[in-house]
Amino acid sequence: MFIVKYIKDIFGAVKSLSIGMKRTLYYFTHHKEIITQQYPDNKDTLVLPERFKGEVVMPHNENNEHRCTGCQACELACPNGTIKVIFKNDLTPEGKKKKAIDKLVYHLELCTMCNLCIEACPSDAIKMAQTFEHSVYDRSQLTKVLNNPGSKIMEGVE
Amino acid sequence: MYRQTDIISDSRISPQEGDLVINVGPQHPATHGVLHLVITLNGETIKKVEPHLGYIHRSIEKMCESLTYRQFIYVTSRMDYLSAHINNHACALCVEKGLQVEVPARAQVIRVLMDELTRIASHELWWGAMAMDLGAFTPFFHAFRERETINDIMEETCGARLTMNYMVPGGVMQDLHPDFQKRVKEFIQLYKRKIHEYDELVTDNIIFQNRMKSVGYLSPEDAISYGCTGPTARGSSVSSDIRKLYPYEIYDKLEFDEVLETGGDSFARYMIRIREMHESIRIIEQLIDNIPEGDFQAKTKAVLKLPKGEFYTRVETARGELGVYIVSEGGTTPYRIKFRSPGFSNLSVLDHIARGSKIGDLVAMMGTLDLVIPDIDR
Repeated sequence: MFIVKYIKDIFGAVKSLSIGMKRTLYYFTHHKEIITQQYPDNKDTLVLPERFKGEVVMPHNENNEHRCTGCQACELACPNGTIKVIFKNDLTPEGKKKKAIDKLVYHLELCTMCNLCIEACPSDAIKMAQTFEHSVYDRSQLTKVLNNPGSKIMEGVE
Repeated sequence: MYRQTDIISDSRISPQEGDLVINVGPQHPATHGVLHLVITLNGETIKKVEPHLGYIHRSIEKMCESLTYRQFIYVTSRMDYLSAHINNHACALCVEKGLQVEVPARAQVIRVLMDELTRIASHELWWGAMAMDLGAFTPFFHAFRERETINDIMEETCGARLTMNYMVPGGVMQDLHPDFQKRVKEFIQLYKRKIHEYDELVTDNIIFQNRMKSVGYLSPEDAISYGCTGPTARGSSVSSDIRKLYPYEIYDKLEFDEVLETGGDSFARYMIRIREMHESIRIIEQLIDNIPEGDFQAKTKAVLKLPKGEFYTRVETARGELGVYIVSEGGTTPYRIKFRSPGFSNLSVLDHIARGSKIGDLVAMMGTLDLVIPDIDR
């Protein structure tokens, strides 16, 4: 019977629609179930996990000393040529020449946050920071020098 | 079961007088990426669908030839970005096969846990996007609620939400986060509490069922001829689960069923993915309290060198079979890498199933094939 099936279909459609609408109404009246985070407003309370890969940084201690020996392990491990180590010759107190890093150049625009440089570093000189707002007006600002000006290698790090 | 198909001769059909040729894409929300479809129409009936590829070709296979065996894994996250973990897993497995490295038991369990979480996340996104293709906008947000929980778990343990690069040859990059087990249990509870909404909102809906049932029929013979894998083939009752057929890691010791549907239409492919999510939850429940102690990474040399030869491994991604084929000449970089991606062969079946149906159903058919365009183009 065509007409019976037709009416059954209509009632079935109305029933299944009302079940779906019930679900929608439930969330309309239960505000506690809403999980949306209001991002720019909750900036102060936003906590990112400590493993979050935002950008590569080089921590310095209070004497402006870092742990980088300039072994170039990170440069070799990087798939994109993001890190470039530039050397200079330091004079030791005995008057001998010693190789040390001048600049550790980091191209944020090439970095894919794959964590391979951090894994490769034998002296834990670099780590991932939890920053993620990297927008700048000019591309050249994305090329960063990780070691602070005038910084030295920490005592006892080989 | 094999049947000779006339794929090549079919593509020579040129539009006749009175036919309408329309272009969908490359920038179209329904194609889920930069896919260009040239559709020949007779009235509203589809005569031919011709996918044009190459808009997001990044030559990943060629790029991998210049990267070392540790470095090339991260690029594969960018192929099928929704199952990035499983792509990385396939590459790590292939390198391990060449190196003959034994992966520690803990690393194996972590890998399987991450794979199954990724599979659920991928199917959640597919479910939301699929419903959105059909005009329902709310399910997208319901799906993202659960998916977001998985992404948070990934962010905590792997440090990234989508392109994790967590698998390395010999194990995983970092140990699990201390909160991992607690968070996953919370997720399972949330999933079980909310999964009935999926049926209420979409699956049991009459409009949805009428648009899905007996639409886009794919016979088992054609599924084999076109090389379909994953849920697309299993919807046509073709057994193709690599986890069951060629078990890797610890899948042979786990209890789970290969989901099969006999319908072969869009609704069967839809139900496969919904039921696969339940199976993944079952796998996670078996493992989450039984993570063995020990190393998370096997000791490997600093510079990896594969012996001369050819290596092939395959895994089951959320979309089907992903094969990784490495030809090594004994150096630090591969001589040639080929990825057998599931999306490409699943897309090739679109012309076959769409022919003769109405243009309004095309988007529903594409939705059930679960296409990820960067996976097709690579």
